Amino acid sequence: MTTLEPAAGPTTDRQAARERIAGLLQSYGAAIVLVILLVVGAVGFPTFATPSNFSNILTQSSFLLIVGAGMTFVILTGGIDLSVGSVFALGGVLAAYGSTFGLLGALLFPLVVCGLIGALQGFLIAHAGMAPFIVTLAGLLGVRGLVLATTDGGSTTPLITDPVVVALGQGQVLGIHWPVFIAVVVIVVGSVLLARTRGGQSIYAVGGSESASTLMGLPVARVKFTVYVVSGVCAGLAGALNAAYSSSGVPTVGVGLELNAISAVVIGGTLLVGGRGNLIGTVAGVLLLSVIQNLINQVGTLSSSVQAVVSGAFLAIVVIIQTVLSRTQRL
Amino acid sequence: MTDARIPGLEPPVLEARGVTKRFAGVTALSGVDLVLRAGESMALMGENGAGKSTLIKVLTGVHQPEEGELLLDGRPATFARPLDAQKAGVSTIYQEVNLVPLMSVAQNIYLGREPRGQVGLIDFRRMYADARALLAEYGIQVDVRRPLRTLALGVQQMVALARAVSINANVVIMDEPTSSLEAREVETLFRVIGLLRERGIAIIYVSHRMDEIYRVCDTVTVLRDGRVVHVGSLSELPRVELVSMMLGRSVEKVERGGVTAFRAANESDAPPVLVATDLSRKHQIDGISLSIRPGEVVGLGGLLGSGRSETLKGLSGVMQLDRGGVTIDGKSVRSGSVPAAIRAGIVMLPEDRKAEGIVPNLSVRDNIVLAALPKLSRGGFTSRRKQDAVVDVFIKRLHIKVSSPDQLVSELSGGNQQKVMIARWLAMTPKVLLLDEPTRGIDVGAKAEVQALIDELAHEGLAIVLVSSEVEEVVEGSARVIVLRDGSIETELRGDQVDESALLAALAGSAS
Amino acid sequence: MTQATVSLRVPSRSAVLGVFQKYGVYIAIVLLLLYNLVFTPNFFAVDNFRTQFVQVVPVLIVALGMALVIGTEGIDLSVGAVMALAAAVIPLYVGYGLVPTLLIAIGVGAVIGLLNGSMVAFIGVQPIVATLAVMVAGRGLALLIANEQLKSVTSPEVLALGRDSVLGIPYSVLIAAVLVGVVAILVNRTTFGKQLIAIGGSRRAAELAGLPVKRILLIVYVLCASLAAVAGVIGTARLGASVPSTLGNLIELSAITAVVVGGTPLSGGQVKVLGTLAGAVLLQFISATLIKHNVPDAYSQIAQAIIILVAVYIQRGKARVK
Repeated sequence: MTTLEPAAGPTTDRQAARERIAGLLQSYGAAIVLVILLVVGAVGFPTFATPSNFSNILTQSSFLLIVGAGMTFVILTGGIDLSVGSVFALGGVLAAYGSTFGLLGALLFPLVVCGLIGALQGFLIAHAGMAPFIVTLAGLLGVRGLVLATTDGGSTTPLITDPVVVALGQGQVLGIHWPVFIAVVVIVVGSVLLARTRGGQSIYAVGGSESASTLMGLPVARVKFTVYVVSGVCAGLAGALNAAYSSSGVPTVGVGLELNAISAVVIGGTLLVGGRGNLIGTVAGVLLLSVIQNLINQVGTLSSSVQAVVSGAFLAIVVIIQTVLSRTQRL
Repeated sequence: MTDARIPGLEPPVLEARGVTKRFAGVTALSGVDLVLRAGESMALMGENGAGKSTLIKVLTGVHQPEEGELLLDGRPATFARPLDAQKAGVSTIYQEVNLVPLMSVAQNIYLGREPRGQVGLIDFRRMYADARALLAEYGIQVDVRRPLRTLALGVQQMVALARAVSINANVVIMDEPTSSLEAREVETLFRVIGLLRERGIAIIYVSHRMDEIYRVCDTVTVLRDGRVVHVGSLSELPRVELVSMMLGRSVEKVERGGVTAFRAANESDAPPVLVATDLSRKHQIDGISLSIRPGEVVGLGGLLGSGRSETLKGLSGVMQLDRGGVTIDGKSVRSGSVPAAIRAGIVMLPEDRKAEGIVPNLSVRDNIVLAALPKLSRGGFTSRRKQDAVVDVFIKRLHIKVSSPDQLVSELSGGNQQKVMIARWLAMTPKVLLLDEPTRGIDVGAKAEVQALIDELAHEGLAIVLVSSEVEEVVEGSARVIVLRDGSIETELRGDQVDESALLAALAGSAS
Repeated sequence: MTQATVSLRVPSRSAVLGVFQKYGVYIAIVLLLLYNLVFTPNFFAVDNFRTQFVQVVPVLIVALGMALVIGTEGIDLSVGAVMALAAAVIPLYVGYGLVPTLLIAIGVGAVIGLLNGSMVAFIGVQPIVATLAVMVAGRGLALLIANEQLKSVTSPEVLALGRDSVLGIPYSVLIAAVLVGVVAILVNRTTFGKQLIAIGGSRRAAELAGLPVKRILLIVYVLCASLAAVAGVIGTARLGASVPSTLGNLIELSAITAVVVGGTPLSGGQVKVLGTLAGAVLLQFISATLIKHNVPDAYSQIAQAIIILVAVYIQRGKARVK
C-alpha cells in the first residue's frame, strides 16, 4: 500500500503549528479579550461585577444576540443581511399590534411577516441571482418604509398592554430577563443545527465554495434562501422581544443595528467571505460590544460618542488582526 | 467508420442517443451517440471546442440536451441538475478539485449524505470511521479530520474520487484528472482506476496526455466540431491516426509538420542579458542560478511542483525572494517587485490566463495597452492616437482575430487572448520574455501560431524562457533545457542532448 | 485548421432588455419628467428645478467618489461619517476664511480616506468591514470634536457657498457640475482611470501587469473621502449650521443606490460617471414627485427600494459576466 502523506505538500509541521495557532486565535480571540475586559472591569469598577450589572449586560445583549445568530447563518454562506435593523423595528411594531390577540398573536404575527420578508430577499438572492448587499439594502429601505407606513409615518407608537406579552419581555427568573433565556435557546438550537445537521454542513459548504457545492449536488439555492429566512425570523423575534421588554413597538428602533450585528459576527471570528465561523464566536462578539459599552458607562464622565469611537476602533483592530491571521493560515 | 461499435459482453450502463445542444444558436453538440458498458474505460478525445466538455456536462446534468436522450441501464433518464445524475450513479471528477477546502476530508466525502444517528443528528464518529475505511481501500492514510486545504493536491484529488465512487457510482467521468498531479500521484490514481474497473464501474476518461489514454483506456470516442467522428478500440488505433482524427488533418501532414511549429532553435553566443544567481525562497526554490542570452529560447523542464513556475515568478518579481537576485545587462533588479522587473525589461506571461492575465471586462485595446499605458499617455492623460499606433500594429502582426479593437477580450478564443497577452508585453519592448505554459488550453491552430511567434521573437533577439508541461514543446522550442527537481537545478541539456528521450530520462531520473 | 476563432457575442437577452440595461436610468428620468409635465403643476418651474438640483448636490458628490470605489470592487460606508467630520471641523477654522476652512475639511476627509485605503490596500481588509469600522468611529469622533453640539455657522463666505448663485445657478450646483466633469475625465481619459477599472476587473491581472495596484486603491479611497468632505462642507453651508449628529446619515446608502441605478456594477470593473449623475437625479426626482403628490415619506422609501431592485435585476446579467 502506498501511503500518500502530505508531507511534501503545501504544509510543513512548523507551518501547520503556526496555522493552527492562528486558527485558534481567530476562533477564540474575542472570548480571550472578553475575559480580559471582564477582569479589568471587575478590578477597576466596584459596580461592574455585580449580579444586577451582569444581568443588565445580558439583557442588553440578548436582542443583538438573536439578530447576530441569524446574521451568522447568512455570513457563513458568504452573504450579508443589511435589512435586520428595519426588520427588527417591523417585528416590534407587529408584535405590538399582534399583542391584542395575546401572546400567540404577539409572536406569530411578527415572525411570519418577517420570515416572509426574509423569504422574499432570499428568493431574489438565491433564485434571481442578485447580490445580497443590494437586495438587503433595498430591504433596509423598503422595510423601514413599511414600518413608517404602518405607524402613520412613525408618529404613532403602538403600545403593548397584554400582561402576558409584557411579562415575556420584563419577567425575570433568577434575576434574569426572559429574552436572555430565549437568546440562549436560539444560540443552542442554532449551534446544533450548524454543527450537527446536514443543512448546517451545507451552509458551511456553500460559503466555503459555492461552485464545488453545486457540483457535489448540494441544494445551493435552497441553502441560500433558507439563511435569509432564518435571519428575517431572528430579527423579527428580537424585535418582538424588544417591544415586549419596552411594552411598545417603537417604529424608530434598530437604525444601524445591522452594523452592530455584522461587527459582532466578524469580531466573533466568522469569516465575512463565508465557510468558517460559529455562533459561540458571535456570542463572544456581542458580549464584547456590550461589555465595552458598559465599561464606558461605568467611567461615567465619558460621553456616548466615546463608545462609538472605541467600538469602531476596536472593530478596525479586530479585522486587521483577523486579516493578518487569515493570511498566516493562507485561507 | 462512425458506427463501429465494440461488440461487448457487458450491457450498456450509460447511453446517449442523438444528443444535440446549442448555445445561443451555436451548435456545440450535434446528434452525438455514445455507448458505455459496465467495466469499460472509454477515452473521450477531441481538441478544444470539439464538444467534450459540453458532452460531459450533458451526461452529468449540468446542461440539458435540446434533442436526443440519455439512457441509464437501458431506460430513458433525465438529469435536471447534477444531483439527479449523482443519484442515478453518474459521478464526476473535475480537473480542478471541486471540494470545499475549509472543510475536513471526511466532511467533504460525506457532504449532503452524512451518516445520522437516532435523533437525526450527524454521527461524526461513524463518519470519520467510514471515511478512514473508504480511503484505506485506495491505500490512502490521512487524518480525515484535517481541513482538505492542508493536503497535497494529489490527495485532494483522491478524496474527490473516493467521494464520487462512494455514492454508489456505476459511471465515473474523469475530466483531466491528472493535470495537477505529480507522477507518483498519477500512479496511485491509475491503480484506483484499476480497482474501480474490477468492480464493474465504467469510466469515461478525458485527457490530453496520450500516454495516459493508452494506458488506462480500452475504447475511444473521438469528437470533432460537436460530432462523433470515430468510435473504436484504442489498442488497434495508432497514435498518429488518433491525432489526425482529432485535428481533422491527414496523417502525412501531421507527421511532416512535426508536433509543434518550432523551427530548429539556435544556441546563441552573445553575452547574457539576464543573469540570475542563487534564487531561493523557502519551500519553493533553492539556489537556482541561470543566464540567458539574447535570441535564445531556454526551456525550463521539470515535473509539476519542481519549481519551474516559481522560478519564473522569482525572475519576474511576482514572488519575493529570500536570497539571490537578478541582473539585466549587469544592472541588478530590485527583487519582489513586478514594476521594477518590467522596467528592467523582464516580463512574464502567467500560467492562468483567465485569472491572472486578461482583464475580462476591458476591450482588446485596453488589455494590450494595460502595462504600457503610462508610456502611451501625455501628462497622465491617455492618448488614443498613441494607443492605436501600438494596438493596430500588434493586432496585425500577431494576427489577433478581432471584430474591432473595442471588442471585449473575454469574447475572444483562448488562443487570441494569449496573443493579446503577448502583445501587452511586446508593447513594453522587453528584453526577457518568460512564458509559463503559453499554449495551454488553446486550440491546435492557435497553438502553432503562438509557437511560431515565440520562434520569431527569439530570432529578433528577444531572450525567452519557456515553461511547458508538453515535452515536445520544450524539446522542439528550446536551444537548451534546464531541468529542475525539488526546487533546484538537476541538470542542463544542451545542443544535441536536447531531445525527448534525454528530457524524459532527466525527468524520470528526478521522479524516482 | 485555423478556424475563425472570433467567438460571437452571445445575444442572451432580447434587444429591448439590452437597451434598458444601457439607458434604463435615462429612460426612467424621461418618463418621470413626462409624468410630472402632465400631472404635477409647477414641476417644470425654474425654481423647482433649481431646488431639486441644490438638493441632489451632496448625494451626487458623494456618489461620484463612491462610483470610483465601487469600480475597484470596493465599497465605502464611511462617507456619511466623513461628512459629519468635515462639518465638525468647520466651526473650528471658519474664522480663517473660506479657503482654509475648505482645505482643512477636505484634509480631514483625505486622512480618513488614507485610513480606509491603507486598511484595504496594504493590509487587505475587506472594504465593507474596514469602512464600517471607520464609519462607526468617525461619527463618534465628529460628535466628540463638536462636543455633541450643533453650532451655527455665520461666516458669509461659507453661507454663500450654500445659498448664493451666479447667473441664476447656485454655487453648489456649479461645484457639483465641475466635479462631475473632472471625475468623468479622470475615469475615461486618464491613465489612472484605466488602471482603476483594470483593478476592479481583475486585481491579480493588474498586479501581474505591473500596475501600482496598492497606490491606486489608496488614492481611490482618499478621493472618495475627500469628495465626501466637500459634500459635508456644502451640506453645512446650506444648513447654516454644523450638525455632526445627523449630517450625512445614511447617505452611503443613497450614494450606493445612485451609483448602482446608474449602471455601475457592484462587482467592479466599470465606472459610469454620467450614469451616476443620472442615478442621483432620478432618485431626487422620484422623491420630489412623491412629495409633490403628498405621498408619505414611508412610501417614497418603499419606492426607492423597488427601484433599486428593478435596476439591479435588469443589470444582473451584466455583472455575472465576471
